[in-house]
Amino acid sequence: MQSGPDERGHFGVYGGRYVGETLMPALTELDRAYREARDDPAFRETLDRLLRDYVGRPSPLYLAERLTGAAGGARIYLKREDLNHTGAHKINNTLGQALLAQRMGKRRLMAETGAGQHGVATAVAAALFGMECIVYMGEEDIIRQAPNVTRMKLLGAEVVPVASGTKTLKDAMSEALRAWTATVETTFYVIGSVAGPHPYPVMVRDFQRVVGDETRAQVLRAEGRLPDMILACVGGGSNAAGIFYPFLDDPDVRLVGVEAAGLGLQSGRHAASIVAGEVGILHGSKSYVLQDADGQILNAHSVSAGLDYPGVGPEHALWADSGRVAYVGITDDEALAAFHALTRLEGIIPALESAHAVAEAQKRAGALGRDRFLVVNLSGRGDKDVDAVIRGARAEGADGESD
Amino acid sequence: MNRIDETFAALRRAGRKGLVGYLTAGDPDPETSERNIRAALEHGVDVLELGVPYSDPTADGPTIQAASQRALAAGMTTAKSLELVKRLRRDFQTPIVLFGYANPFFRYGYARLCAEAAAAGVDGLLAVDLAFEEADELREHMAGHDLALIPLIAPTTPRERAAAILARAQGFVYYIMVTGVTGARAALAADMAAHVAALRGLTPLPVAVGFGISNGAQARRAAEAADAVVVGSALIQAAGAGRLPELVRALRDALTGTGTGGED
Repeated sequence: MQSGPDERGHFGVYGGRYVGETLMPALTELDRAYREARDDPAFRETLDRLLRDYVGRPSPLYLAERLTGAAGGARIYLKREDLNHTGAHKINNTLGQALLAQRMGKRRLMAETGAGQHGVATAVAAALFGMECIVYMGEEDIIRQAPNVTRMKLLGAEVVPVASGTKTLKDAMSEALRAWTATVETTFYVIGSVAGPHPYPVMVRDFQRVVGDETRAQVLRAEGRLPDMILACVGGGSNAAGIFYPFLDDPDVRLVGVEAAGLGLQSGRHAASIVAGEVGILHGSKSYVLQDADGQILNAHSVSAGLDYPGVGPEHALWADSGRVAYVGITDDEALAAFHALTRLEGIIPALESAHAVAEAQKRAGALGRDRFLVVNLSGRGDKDVDAVIRGARAEGADGESD
Repeated sequence: MNRIDETFAALRRAGRKGLVGYLTAGDPDPETSERNIRAALEHGVDVLELGVPYSDPTADGPTIQAASQRALAAGMTTAKSLELVKRLRRDFQTPIVLFGYANPFFRYGYARLCAEAAAAGVDGLLAVDLAFEEADELREHMAGHDLALIPLIAPTTPRERAAAILARAQGFVYYIMVTGVTGARAALAADMAAHVAALRGLTPLPVAVGFGISNGAQARRAAEAADAVVVGSALIQAAGAGRLPELVRALRDALTGTGTGGED
């Protein structure tokens, strides 16, 4: 199960490298450099030290007793990636890629961002390593996630607004690929998810698997056995890939990926690429994609900017086909309810992305017995979403039709 | 021998370098687009690259992105692009290369695309983001149809990789002369001639250069090294300004007398 991808980055029929010829040599070079770094104990040592002393790893595994009580079933543990420096799992990957950039002699980092978490994590890495940083972000997301834009600028990053298409993550990534095509010889493109052309999906998964490796040791300490279920939200899919990967060969551990069902799967306004999409090619790899009959990419919708993306990492497509991971959808409203529930019950304000996984966990825990336990990857904290949630509540109150 | 090979052979005999013109099918709407394409062919485009619009053209600059968006908004599709080729074929024998992105082609189905493209009168396919390594499946379906898979070579392509790509190339070679996306540029890439000369040692196929050529002077300079020049964004802008025939004629005039003629 854990084998793959092949040397050209294929996970079964998925993955690969679908980019213009200009970028192909850079991907080959990156692949070689990454494999060398991965096998170099000194690289691993430096990264581990940063993860411990700078990020604050290991992140705690927390038994959420009040949330468990409210759900009325299995014990719910939260893997607290929200407590990492910068407030999300994204930094596990950006530090790894920045360290690799340094090793390759590149002094300029470039990133796309949706919720801004990956942009902030890249800007932080650039500051730490004394590198230049350019972040592409959709204009719509710049409004939705204003606090993160301010953080990136304070950190010295240049935030480039993207006005094309839906002005969200998809367009930011398209624009980042264009910009990379023009600067490929000097710039290291830090992709923030397990998406994009090979070697990004495997590299980002490897940098994020620390979440699953830690979880494994922590549940064994806390419960003396592996969990009955692990849940994580899936946009591009990096926090899910990170926590799932070390458990793939444990068939008794059920793995659940939670996609954004937006206004509902039937509404056509969602971001559930696996649950409701079809096989296609987007941003460098073959996977499940939201598209029309002509192969045009559809606009995704989610209340959460980080899940608002019409594609998903290729390894998830393989896991979906094999049935190893079950993928489900959670709507905007369900995620918002979970956002408030976790905030009130546990004093933890989750990212709207992570709130999708919490919502599904509440449903599942209720259906499982009290002798069972599950783990939710709480991939990020919700400070960035506070304004948007309050604005949304006001808008709903104002239109007079919400009750 | 298909129309691409015949055209380049004829250009050599005539002692002239070729003009490859790119226009997006359906831009700004299907009727205007067909009129513009017909005008481009009448005024001297030697090879037509017909752009199949795509929602996320990651190798294209603002001009072709906007053209794709206009075409999609006006209801253009891959199927309608093929119907357009069929209509053009009644009046023109100019080689036509279907120029697009991997996903619309994949979604249409490679088998169906190849069969219908060949039947419509398409001579070649070019999928910008379908890397050489990922093209085997499409190549299998092209076999048996008289279709060339046009390869792209970039300034960043190492020599051994170029050799592997060119060993399987057909039609002509498209050399991307700048490290970047499509769009007009003030100056030609300084190392273009050296790169094109290096490709000559790897393939007997004609070499077309593109990305950044927008006027006659640039076309003439590029043609000193290459067998043909590709002009896209500038044609789209000219079409929008109602000056497409003038630009095509200017480019053609600039290329007249650029070949050595009679040599083989």
